[in-house]
Amino acid sequence: MKVIIIGAGKVGYTLAECLANENKDVTIIDTRVQALQKIEDNLDVLSINGNGVSTSILLEAGVASADLLIAVTGSDEVNMVCCLTAKKLGVKQTVARVRNPEYSDELSLIKDELGLDFIINPEYTAAEEIASTINFSSAINVERFASGRVRMVELKITCGIDIIGKKIKDIDRQSNSSVLIGIIVRGNEVIVPDGDEEIKENDIVYVVGKMSNIYKFCKIYGRYPDKIKNLMIVGGGRITYYLYKLLNDMNIKMKIIEIDKTRCEELSEKLPNALIINSDGTDEEVLMSENIEHMDAFLSVTGIDEENFMSSLIAKRAGVKKIITKLSRTNYINIVRDVGLDGIVIPKRITTNKILKFTRGADLQSLRRILEGKVEILEFVVDNSSKLINKEIRKLNISSNTVIATIIRKQEVVVPHGNDIIRSGDRIIVITMEANISTLRELESAVIGGNQNELRNGIKKLGKIISM
Amino acid sequence: MNFAMVLKNLGKLLVCEALSIVPAALVCIYYKENEFWSFLYTIIILIVLGVILIRIKAKNKNIYSRDGFAIVAIGWILLSFFGALPFYFSGAIPSLVDSFFEASSGFTTTGATILGEIESLSRGILFWRSFTHWIGGMGVLVLVMAILPSAGAGSMQIMKAESPGPNPGKLVPKVKETAKILYGIYLIITLVQLILLKLSGLPLFDSMIHTLGTVGTGGFSSRNISVGAYNNIAAEIIITVFMLICGANFALHYQLLKGNIKGFFKDGEFKLYIFIVTVSIILITFNLNGNIYNSVKESLRHASFQVASIITTTGYATVDFNTWPSLSKLILLLLMFVGGCAGSTAGGLKNIRILLLFKAAKRDLLKIIHPKAVYTVTLQGKAVNEQTLSEVLGFFFMYVIIFCFSVLIVSFEGKDIVTTISSVATTLGNVGPGLEIVGPMGNFSSFTVFSKLIFSFCMIVGRLEIYPMILLLMPRFWAR
Repeated sequence: MKVIIIGAGKVGYTLAECLANENKDVTIIDTRVQALQKIEDNLDVLSINGNGVSTSILLEAGVASADLLIAVTGSDEVNMVCCLTAKKLGVKQTVARVRNPEYSDELSLIKDELGLDFIINPEYTAAEEIASTINFSSAINVERFASGRVRMVELKITCGIDIIGKKIKDIDRQSNSSVLIGIIVRGNEVIVPDGDEEIKENDIVYVVGKMSNIYKFCKIYGRYPDKIKNLMIVGGGRITYYLYKLLNDMNIKMKIIEIDKTRCEELSEKLPNALIINSDGTDEEVLMSENIEHMDAFLSVTGIDEENFMSSLIAKRAGVKKIITKLSRTNYINIVRDVGLDGIVIPKRITTNKILKFTRGADLQSLRRILEGKVEILEFVVDNSSKLINKEIRKLNISSNTVIATIIRKQEVVVPHGNDIIRSGDRIIVITMEANISTLRELESAVIGGNQNELRNGIKKLGKIISM
Repeated sequence: MNFAMVLKNLGKLLVCEALSIVPAALVCIYYKENEFWSFLYTIIILIVLGVILIRIKAKNKNIYSRDGFAIVAIGWILLSFFGALPFYFSGAIPSLVDSFFEASSGFTTTGATILGEIESLSRGILFWRSFTHWIGGMGVLVLVMAILPSAGAGSMQIMKAESPGPNPGKLVPKVKETAKILYGIYLIITLVQLILLKLSGLPLFDSMIHTLGTVGTGGFSSRNISVGAYNNIAAEIIITVFMLICGANFALHYQLLKGNIKGFFKDGEFKLYIFIVTVSIILITFNLNGNIYNSVKESLRHASFQVASIITTTGYATVDFNTWPSLSKLILLLLMFVGGCAGSTAGGLKNIRILLLFKAAKRDLLKIIHPKAVYTVTLQGKAVNEQTLSEVLGFFFMYVIIFCFSVLIVSFEGKDIVTTISSVATTLGNVGPGLEIVGPMGNFSSFTVFSKLIFSFCMIVGRLEIYPMILLLMPRFWAR
């Protein structure tokens, strides 16, 4: 698959990295030589210095025979024009990043008129993610599958939670097996657990199931999510704008703190009922006077990572339970986690993941990549000719780094056990450490058949030995 | 420095070298020669060492640019050393230093020899000598990348360090694919020339030797008096054309394969290359006509072969140009510095650098006339960034400095000035023959062991475009 990326910024770089690792032919175009230099040095992709709007540059990049063009430059207009030109020159699919709120209401029109196949608005998507996490306060993160019928919740096991030291099968029995503990992250290790795995303190677990069941699960083990009523937001950028719109209907009171006067005025024009405070969000005094202690949740989404980090630390000190920090760069993740700020939102990563999902093709209903892509959670609709159907799951011989997390049959959500059977038309959610799966068939060949799989792994290992 | 990864990659390189000896060993079997055993011993040594190195476990799998340079520089020294073993084991060249000289001359596609008598050598040894040209021409590490899996991003660093030219680029997004395409084109050119030479009437074995020598722009022959021994005009024309083809940028050949013929005429470097070749041929033809040869046709024939041979740094000869008038000899000596195009198998400074140096010089002159004017140096309508320009200037300086130092060291021998200067120019430019003692009919055997090592160093420095080898000598390079 040939992919052209226009714009070698943060998102462009990450996309190029992921796609090159998925063995796709990536060509990246940018006007800045330095950005390209970094890419040339680190990644196995072709870089072209020039303007992605220019026809000759696009032709030089081989647009006519390319499968996909992704425009992620800093300017919405450039992105749209790139896609339009590229489409005329014969690229099969185009993806553009369009982030200006003024366009956000007209996205579907733009999409149709310009023949775009996919539009991503990173701030809106980030706001959606933040909103779903805020709705479920015990979780570090919440992911939605099967149009929201199934959720995956990321929980940190801290002392006081009743499942430390218990084995998964015991937890299952106690909670009536309505949810599945799909992944455990312990330090740098990722485990796809079986029944005998024990949960330890400071693990991060990913729990999959129906929303109501996850609520129940949390209730049993003493992590009942509080309803968030008061939220303080530092930074009045685009994320805040979208988030306000999303959360306003849910009866959450929001305080927005923004340092720039003109921005405050703009926001107040657009959001007439919002409480907007023109002040410095990294000033402890200011936050205290705005009653930070009584907030249920705190959100720092300014454009500067360092400021977000500092405000979040102040909030943590003031005892706010739920804190979400926005980071633009991934460099700080480990530091931020180490000081105990677990709720991290990285718009760049969300954007990348959405686009990557799109590149995998239409068969894949949803794709979540966690832990830098080490683990992927995939959603498929099982068709008639699949090898998975009408067989007890235990007889499928699924390899040990893969779990079928849930089966969704009409309105019913099942966390499957060995005796359950997948039928045609079911949706399945699969957690796997196998990389680069884009269709159901690939999934089948990658995970089914224990013996075959061992042979395949053996060959893989041999290949690795030879190559290294 | 990531030593584990460097050693691992060197291991891969040694295994690849072992594989590349196999064809020579097969030739030995075909002609039932005893030299087979010396090849077999070398293969065994290489495989054992290579596998030991490959098994080293690396924690950090990244190759940074300095690791890439280290792999290339050390790799080429090892390559030449182990490539010399068959010569030494078989007794074809009794001295180890001489064998090393011959092998580095082979891999760097120089074609300079310490052997006076070639025709008595066994076929296997002759084949191996020429085959080193073929592998060395396109780059051994590029070959490693093309055939072995797991060529990640780091391999670009290796390719950059090994490929000639100021800005080696990729043809397609993946390094591995690029390496495959380059070798594919190389293979096609090789086969076409082999068939044509056979048709022109050369024996199959001789066609093979001269094809390998031509496409790698090396210059080892199977005859004492090189291509001149056949006195076959058709073969001379074929070799001339193929030398020129292989002295041009392979990226242009790729464009041609994709149906873009115009690429050749638009390329500034290629135009300069053809211009220099044409002017040199015309000048030498006039200089020779009446002086040495009696007809224009005869003069043109020898002038064009020799010019193509020297500018592409091949080093074949149809006549002893040592007896030519000094204008012709001087032109040839200057061509040794110019060399072929970037991204080719040829050596020398490369035409692209000459072109950029001229443009930069012109800009500096213009700046004196209009001190406040802003000029950018352009190449095919695209601006060349300042860093590339300063790198080219730096490269030119280093080339000259290394040339001067080597001439000084070699002059301790007390040989005449022309021999001393031309011997260094020819080895540094990877050409092969020089003038006087080291002329096309002469050889390097009369130099001392020390000078031979200096020449070997010059050849590898010239092939790797200076930086990797000089970096090896810097203590900072090894510091953590």
